[in-house]
Amino acid sequence: MIINHPLLGPRDAAEFVYLGDAGLIDRPDWQADDAAQAFHDYMYLRDNPAGLHRELWFHEQGDRSWLVVTRNTVTHEITNVELARDVAIAQGRGQ
Amino acid sequence: MRYSGFRVIKEALTGHKGWTPAWRDASPQADYDYVIIGGGGHGLAAAYYLAAQFGGKRIAVLEKGWIGGGNVGRNTTIIRSNYMLDGNEPFYEFSLKLWEGLEQELNYNAMVSQRGILNLVHSDAQRDGARRRGNAMILNGSDAELLDTEGVRKLYPFLNFDNARFPIKGGLLHRRGGTVRHDAVAWGYARGADQLGVDIIQNCEVTGFRIENGKVKGVETSRGYIGAKKVASSVAGSSSRVMSLAGLRLPIESHVLQAFVSEGLKPTIPGVITFGAGHFYCSQSDKGGLVFGGDIDGYNSYAQRGNLPVVEDVVESGVALIPALGRVRLLRGWGGIMDMSMDGTPFIDRTPIDGLYFNGGWCYGGFKATPAAGWCLAHLLATDTPHETATAYRLDRFRTGHIVDEKGQGAQPNLH
Repeated sequence: MIINHPLLGPRDAAEFVYLGDAGLIDRPDWQADDAAQAFHDYMYLRDNPAGLHRELWFHEQGDRSWLVVTRNTVTHEITNVELARDVAIAQGRGQ
Repeated sequence: MRYSGFRVIKEALTGHKGWTPAWRDASPQADYDYVIIGGGGHGLAAAYYLAAQFGGKRIAVLEKGWIGGGNVGRNTTIIRSNYMLDGNEPFYEFSLKLWEGLEQELNYNAMVSQRGILNLVHSDAQRDGARRRGNAMILNGSDAELLDTEGVRKLYPFLNFDNARFPIKGGLLHRRGGTVRHDAVAWGYARGADQLGVDIIQNCEVTGFRIENGKVKGVETSRGYIGAKKVASSVAGSSSRVMSLAGLRLPIESHVLQAFVSEGLKPTIPGVITFGAGHFYCSQSDKGGLVFGGDIDGYNSYAQRGNLPVVEDVVESGVALIPALGRVRLLRGWGGIMDMSMDGTPFIDRTPIDGLYFNGGWCYGGFKATPAAGWCLAHLLATDTPHETATAYRLDRFRTGHIVDEKGQGAQPNLH
């Protein structure tokens, strides 16, 4: 697989390590009343779709940036690559 | 029809005209007591033991494609009982004991071959780990022998003992482990279940569940609605997809695991060898091909095919361990889809929906578990309580903190 890095251009997926579903950006609020339940779901449950999947890849052998890659889990086709930083800021995180 | 040597001779003398199909091609009835989704090894074994051991009647196995066409036909055929943790080892030991009696029980030649599994160690720390695991195995009724370098050399003189980075310091030998003809497992259980009246319905894909007031009433399929008192899902690899039809989210990611077969060789590797310094394991099939594999690719996939970096990694590890492999040509490789659970341990449990049961999350250890997984799922279906060897395989264990993390990797499914 080739991941089209937003800053560096096309890079071999072997340069990256995989973390999992991009939902891992949305860490729950630890002070909320339902924090235990929310962290259980956040930590352990996955949608695991067959089809488009937004997922976190880390460019360990490169610029060490985190990416959000949209990839089809049935065909391995990559349709979109964003910097995880941009995604997180757009979601109102990282302040 | 009972199979025997006399039968083979008789058929040989009469032109092989007397053989009959090993199981009926059943059509779905309107309703059943038990519906098992997934006609793989686990589903067929569950149906067989449910009928044979627990007096179950009116049982159907629904298979999307053809039986034996899923992961039971896509693995590397290894059976073993060499786990360490209390939640696991009694279960796998139960499974290995069932393997040992399988062919007599089913009257079917599954080519169960207890040729021994050797887990190599390459450092003092690994040897300590192997000793500890071996002791745990022995305490649970399994067998284990710790070999030193010379012991390993006697068994496998062709390994690379002079590797400066990963010298072979010994190995943990599990003599009762071995290999089984994987397709014959599916066929044997299918034939056994069919003889006990189980309907094996192929080309029948489940497209939905009918659930009323929190209780399952039946399943919608590509061949019409089928009513059922109890429904079990046994579709590892696609568990998340099937269970999402019932509105459940699982602690599972689907990953692709590749395996490879070389060209046929003369008898070279008598047992199963696992490398301790990289993920590589190898055995030789009775046809002569070396069967080997390694790590999963490491990203979510339903594609049943992997990518080249893992091929390179597996082959590098293989040649590092067995330099002679460098001359061997690869014949074919394939990928299978694994339910990778959050702690590397499977599930055989009830679900929050009444009458709906779940067997899955087998990571890449599902094949060796086939008989016990079938037995334990049948036990759960028949009695509504977990079998004594499968009490740790609960679906809510992450909530209660009773995880069974054999590798100690945490909630990182692609590392288990």
